[in-house]
Amino acid sequence: MSAPVPLPMDAPELTRQLEAFLHEEITKAGFSRAVVGVSGGLDSAVVLLLAARALGPENVLALRMPHRDSSPESLAHADLVIEKAGCPAETLEVTAPVEAAREVLGIEDPLRRGNLAARVRMIFLYDRAMARRALVVGTSNKTELLLGYSTRWGDGAYDLDPVGDLYKCQVRQLGEHLGVPREVLGKPPSADLWPGQTDEAELGFTYDDADRLLWLVVDRRVPPAEAIEQLGLERDLGRTILERMRRTQFKRALPLVCKVQARTIGIDFRYPRDWGL
Amino acid sequence: MKVALVQDTPRLGDVATNLEKTVELLEEAAHRGADLALLPELFLTGYRLGDLVPEVALRLDRPGPEIERLAAVSRRIPFAVGLVEESSHHLYYNVAAWFEGGELRHVHRKCYLPTYGMFREGMDFARGDRIRTFPTPFGRAGLLICEDAWHPSAATLLALEGATLVFVLSASPLRGLGVGRHNLSIDTWVQLLTTLARFHGFPVCYVNRTGFEDGLGFGGGSFATDAAGNLLASARDIDPELLLVDVPVDRTRDMRFAYPLLRDERPELVHRELGRILGRTEETP
Repeated sequence: MSAPVPLPMDAPELTRQLEAFLHEEITKAGFSRAVVGVSGGLDSAVVLLLAARALGPENVLALRMPHRDSSPESLAHADLVIEKAGCPAETLEVTAPVEAAREVLGIEDPLRRGNLAARVRMIFLYDRAMARRALVVGTSNKTELLLGYSTRWGDGAYDLDPVGDLYKCQVRQLGEHLGVPREVLGKPPSADLWPGQTDEAELGFTYDDADRLLWLVVDRRVPPAEAIEQLGLERDLGRTILERMRRTQFKRALPLVCKVQARTIGIDFRYPRDWGL
Repeated sequence: MKVALVQDTPRLGDVATNLEKTVELLEEAAHRGADLALLPELFLTGYRLGDLVPEVALRLDRPGPEIERLAAVSRRIPFAVGLVEESSHHLYYNVAAWFEGGELRHVHRKCYLPTYGMFREGMDFARGDRIRTFPTPFGRAGLLICEDAWHPSAATLLALEGATLVFVLSASPLRGLGVGRHNLSIDTWVQLLTTLARFHGFPVCYVNRTGFEDGLGFGGGSFATDAAGNLLASARDIDPELLLVDVPVDRTRDMRFAYPLLRDERPELVHRELGRILGRTEETP
């Protein structure tokens, strides 16, 4: 249908860079350990393997946080990944807190329930991070981030993210290099929000299309109309993807602060995050 | 001339720690037999400074203990290092300082401050306005800082000013997904500086820092060329390294006879044409 767009990478070189990033940013902040939520999907598999290489598997806690409606396959895949990484793992059921909160809030909508589950997992991750003096390593890829396809303060909450500048197809390439189990590499991406859910069905387009369009527009600075045409995408589909990126810009920014004084956080209090590190 | 390319990671905003590290690395370079050493851009302060600039700046007109310490080490080995200068007018400059024989001998203030994309130097620093050379035991040298080298006129001015050696101090972030040794930074630098060396018939020694600041990874990959633009040796990317390179300074003489580009340079022509171009006002539509 459309011309292939090269998204070239040198996986071994890139792995060295991402490992160095994790190791340095975590250790210089005074930590030596990390916590990663492992879903059984590709992104968390890649992140867990990278973190295990960067910090040593014994320093990375893999957290499995199933809900009773999670697919049993996800849990099995998470086990494969954890075994491959050689990290200690803990399984914490989120069903009870999610269902309790759901009742209090009167939630039926599956999307709201999905958000609730994502936020309960965030609470669990940060508790384990606090208990172990560890940082939470996130697993959002660039496609997801640009599409705003995540729960605010849920799976979108973490301290640092080694795959946030990699499109989904690039995460897959990296996963192949890192030896992510084939079962995980090959399955359709899913947030596992409800049984049988797939990202692509929910989004209404494929990651391949989104990756290539976003790569051209964001990384190559090709004007949108030209990029859509170059890829042979249906115009409405292309516009839907790009409109989604625009609409979700707030998810990629910290909350707004109203400037009323001379130096305002987020505006002109210009200190680096790695201040004195 | 045995050059030590000191590729390492400073701590952001912590001059005292970086000063200790600088002295240690210089002692190691001297111990390993280097004739001179080059340390990266802003090595004494770290790169992504923002509002930290005034806190890490050093006065060069009335040197404090940090500058005196550096000067003292230069009795053992001459070297260049990047730091933030606060001028007597309280302007801040991203500078490369050359220390030799126990004193600060030359200061280059970065002339081209990248302020686009991930770079914000124009918000943090004042622009330098001088491109000058200085004597070293191995011939006249010129210093450039990172983006300076992307303006070929800077290298040409150095050549016309008598430079037979050029040192480039850099803090260049990695891009390019590892491809071709990260071809948006390291490979690009090799292409750029081997070409500048060849155009001007001087060897170029390039030192780039390592480490991460706020997610930016500085790529290392420091290297040196000879006067013909041949790559002599390069350090690895990503990790710190102290690379010793033997740079044959006498090749400059051979190159400039075989390819008398500098002899045939026409500064008066450039000057005349520049004068005309500068006199032209841009027309508004």
